[in-house]
Amino acid sequence: MYAIEVDNVSRIYQKYSARHRFQTFKSALVKGDLIKSIKADELVTALDGVSFNVEKGRTLGLIGENGSGKSTMLKIVAGITKPSSGRITTVGKISALIELGAGFHPEITGRENVFINGIMLGLTKREISEKFDEIVSFAELEDFIDAPVKTYSSGMYMRLGFSVAINVNPDILLIDEVLAVGDASFIPKCLDRIDDFRRRKKTILFVSHGLDTVEKICDKVVFLKNGRIAAIGEPKRIVNAYLQDIAEKQEKAFVKKKGEKTPARDMGDERREDRWGKREIEIRKVTLRNLQGLEKHVFSPEEGLAVEMDVVSSAAIKDFVFGIGIFNSKGVSCYGTNTYAEEFQPLMIRGEGKVVCRIEKLNLINGTYYLDVAVHKINGYPYDYHRNLYSFLVSSAHKDVGIVRLQHAWSFSPAIEIKK
Amino acid sequence: MNLTQNLNTVWKYRVLIQNLVSRELKARYRGTVLGFLWSFLNPLLLMIVYTVVFGFIIQPRDPAFEGSPWIYALFLFCGILPWTWFSSTSLESANVLMINGNLIKKILFPAEILPVVTVTSNLINFLFALPILLIFIPIMGKPFTLWMLFLPVVILVQYVFSLGFGLLISALTVHFRDIKDILANFLTFWFFATPIIYPLSFGSIEKSHFLRILLNLNPMTHIIRGYQSCLFYGELIHWKKLGVTFLAGLLFFVIGYYVFDRLRDSFPEEV
Repeated sequence: MYAIEVDNVSRIYQKYSARHRFQTFKSALVKGDLIKSIKADELVTALDGVSFNVEKGRTLGLIGENGSGKSTMLKIVAGITKPSSGRITTVGKISALIELGAGFHPEITGRENVFINGIMLGLTKREISEKFDEIVSFAELEDFIDAPVKTYSSGMYMRLGFSVAINVNPDILLIDEVLAVGDASFIPKCLDRIDDFRRRKKTILFVSHGLDTVEKICDKVVFLKNGRIAAIGEPKRIVNAYLQDIAEKQEKAFVKKKGEKTPARDMGDERREDRWGKREIEIRKVTLRNLQGLEKHVFSPEEGLAVEMDVVSSAAIKDFVFGIGIFNSKGVSCYGTNTYAEEFQPLMIRGEGKVVCRIEKLNLINGTYYLDVAVHKINGYPYDYHRNLYSFLVSSAHKDVGIVRLQHAWSFSPAIEIKK
Repeated sequence: MNLTQNLNTVWKYRVLIQNLVSRELKARYRGTVLGFLWSFLNPLLLMIVYTVVFGFIIQPRDPAFEGSPWIYALFLFCGILPWTWFSSTSLESANVLMINGNLIKKILFPAEILPVVTVTSNLINFLFALPILLIFIPIMGKPFTLWMLFLPVVILVQYVFSLGFGLLISALTVHFRDIKDILANFLTFWFFATPIIYPLSFGSIEKSHFLRILLNLNPMTHIIRGYQSCLFYGELIHWKKLGVTFLAGLLFFVIGYYVFDRLRDSFPEEV
């Protein structure tokens, strides 16, 4: 049995142009187009033919970039917004955690707000009285419940809002990114509550940018892109598809940014770009590829990187060293090496050639990196030195910090209960 | 038109309406020293201003005032108190959907509850101030009469009319924000176009056919006149005129509701 059925739902928003927006009642009356001016002249499609089902007792995650239609979808399921076309069927009582504490009145006490908010969310007065202590203790606001809500910190406000909403005991719970604002001790409590809901076979629709959480708690994930379903299915696979999509987008933005780069840069910049040397041996072109040979600029830490240099030497030269260096955005050298340090003996270079330095696995953390490439004499005399002329991005789902991502593994003795 | 169905929904939310009204009342005067007394003091101060200007300086010669500024003050008070209910309801209705935009956008919630709450909380304010008016009647030298028992009828007529007006104003203001400013000015005009500071029996009105038609077309004329009949003149309310006003109020309500219902779906985006 389905708890939520979304059948070919579209939602078109009306966008009023500046001319219309500032039209006044008076001018509408004068021109006699009161009704016409209420009509929009530009349409924005927020959702376009979206269909999916959620079985009773299952948790569905909605992911996608900002503006992809997630929140609109949630509001339509909640009944706050109506679809422009398509049909939506829900079975059971719905509680929507779209904005916590929406409707709290700042001037009256937390206690009074709990009652009013509870009634708005569909509880009866008696139910609220019964659950009141639980609501307050969950929100950890025992000492403040009789103070006006305007004196609350934003965290207290949010906790109270969550606590009321979660105690509505709905059949379908809609959650929109509300956990993002909680503090470190409150979020696990909220997640516990959500787990509790899942155990009690309630249906949950979960919108989040916290991909870890989505992967952990959802049975199925929908990836929305520009108002359409880009992918739907098993969480791990869909989250990966989403990450892949983000990486592709970053790649595009990166290439575009490269193209627009202004040649004159502030020389005080730590990442000063430069090129020097008399170019007896010249590095004509540097290409970044993954190990499959595809040219790219955004890499995951697990990927490999091949730095490919097209070199040309006008004369026969016997003394040469090729080197590379990787710097992070703070200018810290992450890694550097050259052929001399690795005990290659230069013998002879003449004419055109190709040098490839193949890094099997990048093992870097999230961020932008800059690349030095150079060819020089053993004593350091530069033929052609490219300083920070090339850059790439590492896009990582890991939250580790530092300079490099060291290979590691965790293990625990059986007495320590821990899970992933 | 699914008016009855919608009204049913509103009825289901009556507990919420009740709570929101009490919230409004609590929040309005929270932090003030005099509290709800303000709902009485505001019209009282207005009455004092008009009494000084029209009672003492201009000195009305209408026989109903028996040549006494105090009797005139009482007459004024009978009109200003319900007018304050009406005008503050209208002004608040213009803002109510925007102020509570969060509810409309984030919670599934029939929006017409908000104007209902506005009209009702202002009604309660009016009812709070009413006993004080009643105390003033003997002090100012007028007798109580049994005609006062018709007061609830007049209040009902005003409630229906105010609600219709409130629904219309609140829905339209979402799209035309300048209604707020227009309304503030319009209400001043309306105040003077209603027999509040002058009686209908005033000589110049009696003489001018045009003025009488104009005043009779104003629903508030008959409503305010109803209050004056019950409290000041001590006579039976004018059944026919008030009856027609009630029907006009109902019509206003239906129109207001229709416009509100038509624009309802645009609220979550526009407020």
